[in-house]
Amino acid sequence: MVNVIVMRLLRATAVFFVVTFVTFAIVYAKPAAIARNVVGISATDAAVQAEVTELGLDRPLLEQYRHWLAGLFQGDLGQSFFTGQPVLTTLGIRFPVTLALMLLSLVLTVVLSVLIGVASAVRGGWPDRLLQILSVVGAAVPSFIMAIGLVFAFSIAIPLFPATGYVSPDVSLGDWAASVTLPVAAILVGSVASAAAQFRGAVKEVLERDFVRTLRARGMSERAIVYRHVLRNAGGPALTVLSLLTIGLLGGVVIIEQVFALPGMGALVAGAASQGDVPVVMGCVAVTVVLVSVVNLLTDVLIAVLNPKARVS
Amino acid sequence: MTAELPAAPGDTVGRPAAPRGRRDWVGRLLRNPMAVACMVFLLATVLFGLAGPWLAPHPPGATQLDAVNARPFTPGHLLGGDGSGRDILSRLMWGTQRTLFACVIILCSAVIVGVPAGLVAGYRGGAADSLINWVSDLVMTLPGIVLLIALYTLTGPNLVLAMAVFGVLVAPSYVRLVRGVVLGVRSELYVDAAKAVGLSDARIIGRHILWAVRAPVIIQSSFVLGAGIAIQAAVDFLGLGDPSKASWGVMLQESFANIYTNGWSVVWPATLITWTSLALVLLGNALRDALQVGASRHTLPRRARQRLAALLAEKAGAELAEEAATERPERAAAGEALLSVRGVRVAYPSTDGSAAEVVQGVDLDVRKGEIRGLVGESGSGKTQTACSVLGLLSPQALVGGSVVFDGEDLIADPAAQARARGRRIAYIPQEPMTNLDPCFTVGAQLVYGLRAVRRLGRQEARHELLALLARVGIKEPEHVFGLYPHEISGGMAQRVLICGAIAADPDLIIADEPTTALDVRVQAEVLDLLRELRDERGLGMILVTHNFGVVADLCDAVSVMRDGRIVESGDVRTVLRDPRHPYTQELLSSTRVVDLAEVATDG
Repeated sequence: MVNVIVMRLLRATAVFFVVTFVTFAIVYAKPAAIARNVVGISATDAAVQAEVTELGLDRPLLEQYRHWLAGLFQGDLGQSFFTGQPVLTTLGIRFPVTLALMLLSLVLTVVLSVLIGVASAVRGGWPDRLLQILSVVGAAVPSFIMAIGLVFAFSIAIPLFPATGYVSPDVSLGDWAASVTLPVAAILVGSVASAAAQFRGAVKEVLERDFVRTLRARGMSERAIVYRHVLRNAGGPALTVLSLLTIGLLGGVVIIEQVFALPGMGALVAGAASQGDVPVVMGCVAVTVVLVSVVNLLTDVLIAVLNPKARVS
Repeated sequence: MTAELPAAPGDTVGRPAAPRGRRDWVGRLLRNPMAVACMVFLLATVLFGLAGPWLAPHPPGATQLDAVNARPFTPGHLLGGDGSGRDILSRLMWGTQRTLFACVIILCSAVIVGVPAGLVAGYRGGAADSLINWVSDLVMTLPGIVLLIALYTLTGPNLVLAMAVFGVLVAPSYVRLVRGVVLGVRSELYVDAAKAVGLSDARIIGRHILWAVRAPVIIQSSFVLGAGIAIQAAVDFLGLGDPSKASWGVMLQESFANIYTNGWSVVWPATLITWTSLALVLLGNALRDALQVGASRHTLPRRARQRLAALLAEKAGAELAEEAATERPERAAAGEALLSVRGVRVAYPSTDGSAAEVVQGVDLDVRKGEIRGLVGESGSGKTQTACSVLGLLSPQALVGGSVVFDGEDLIADPAAQARARGRRIAYIPQEPMTNLDPCFTVGAQLVYGLRAVRRLGRQEARHELLALLARVGIKEPEHVFGLYPHEISGGMAQRVLICGAIAADPDLIIADEPTTALDVRVQAEVLDLLRELRDERGLGMILVTHNFGVVADLCDAVSVMRDGRIVESGDVRTVLRDPRHPYTQELLSSTRVVDLAEVATDG
């Protein structure tokens, strides 16, 4: 068990370094372009060159990366080129918004899709048909279009919820709930559809295994078989689905924030990218990769807890 | 269970099966109105985009003051104008071109990266497989949209590159798909044959494997195109597209910013995005139905199922009535048999509304204390027959005829079947390792199983089971109790399963090839154990096997099955010494040949 965790930790660390380095190499590939972004299009080449030196962009890439990494471990991700604010401070303000949306969507998705997926696999009938319709709609309507539709319906036609803006839960819990209702609803349609279909598949796969037939032959009730044996066995694949879902939700939230003008990381990174605010982009990537690694690590550990075979390997 | 189903069913109930050739998938697709509607819509969309340069009423960027936020159906602007006074219809046509182009790039990049990687992983296996899997898993966990945004800082709005990168990010879906198919095909005989003939790997992949992979890849591509439309639109919507070139996403973003003054302009791109994705998803589903017919057993609508079940019951009933008139002497009298199976039929519905019969009227008797062998080749319907007694067939199966156990017809009365199952009729499966739940210890699952059928305390059950484990020949029952199934050997697992079967003290045991998966020495021990248990407890037993050696060793009576029917039945000595049916003779002689071969190789 400890071995498994150590191995996964090593793997997660390796992934973190690879992904951040590749991204770093991409975003810092053209020092002159970055510097020109900062000093302005009309600046002379000499001014651009001076800025390159000023920002330390003329150093070898590997050294710049090492510098960035060292800063990361000291809690310093540099400053925004444009606002001068420390990237970490900005992230501290923006990231909680994204995280809250993500976690809320995640919890609701898990609850709904487990219910629908398991019912559809075990019972068939109407839950199965509901899921079929839901998966077509979920796959066909991207979340941001769903969001636009919801804004049309519930902000413009029937003004129940605000179309844009975010209220921190510290200020007013009710207003916070109102401000995240439509964004979360827009995300849920797609995420529930895809997760429920995969949970259904996982449960169906276990239901067709040999040992389920043997348990039936022992005279065990279908209910006991499903609750005690099938769900436990489907847990591993379901957790894998869940980890991919969580990462997918992160992407979904980034886009949805744009529709509802929510001040999260999505708006931050998109804005920073179009401005060429490289340190902010790098900071967002770092946070994302850490989040992804944590999710993957947790999944692997939980799978190991659930499946006795995975504990040893 | 699937292995027992013949590939080409001998008999069908209801409408005769339509020709189910693989090449007919285009025809099947064209007969599906939903698929045709989707294809027409997609074709129209493509033409709409391609025709832009010729048919668009205005250049994409041309602005006119009088068209600013024009309503739809304004003269000269069929769909209205946007916030800058550009004609929406014209921009949609140009935008369609760009969006579809983006989708083609995603698709090409995903297929070019994913399919070969999947082929290599599946075909080569080993280190290449592990490496490709690792990379593919890693790529799958990357947050695609954030990376696309990071890429933007380097390249600015670069549709081709961004979409190519996105294609690489979705490539793992192809890797997994292709790898799975290749693993399946590779183990199939024709690839071995091709290898034996000396074909090069490249030719085998080209000829055989690509052919098998094509259907899943086509289906997946339909879904990837749908996802591509969404992601392309999303990137543009985030403001990372090229605002000077119209695309569905750019139009959506611009019109959304303008939603309060001109709601209509949002509707057009949103509709196109949604409908095109919808058409692709539905087409993907239709393709799956057309290309993978018969891949999964079909679930019929309830009414069609009832009709088929009635047909089957009628057929079985007519046969039984006929049989009753000509009573045969070798059958046990009604009171004497512990179990009597009469005219049992098992059928599976197929997509065209007919049903393939895999068991076609089987009669079988088991007396108390008797071991009845049920012999036949794989696919002859032995397992299906055995499972119909216990009600363990898949929910799609249709069953007719009667199975009388202790005066109750288990097929007519599912409640009686449920009462008997596990309590009075027990089951020993073929493959011990897959028949224990891998998530629970041996002891835990035995205790749960026993307590499900008998009112016992946890400790009592444990006590009883430990004694029984010792009885079935497990040396350290206490130790084995705490082990997980993957920690014990196949022979041990089979003993555990036998222990689970007899724990509830049944009257009849159905053993489905209980020794096939075990090695020879353990086989003999397990057969001895079954014989001893029969002697101790007076159990009746149905022993499903394909091995006449096992029959000769253990059985009192034997029934020989072929293509869903019993061809010969009787006392073991009589059948073995003097087989009447040519098929029995054939089976017996082939068994002898195999036995001789085994002796030769063992010696």
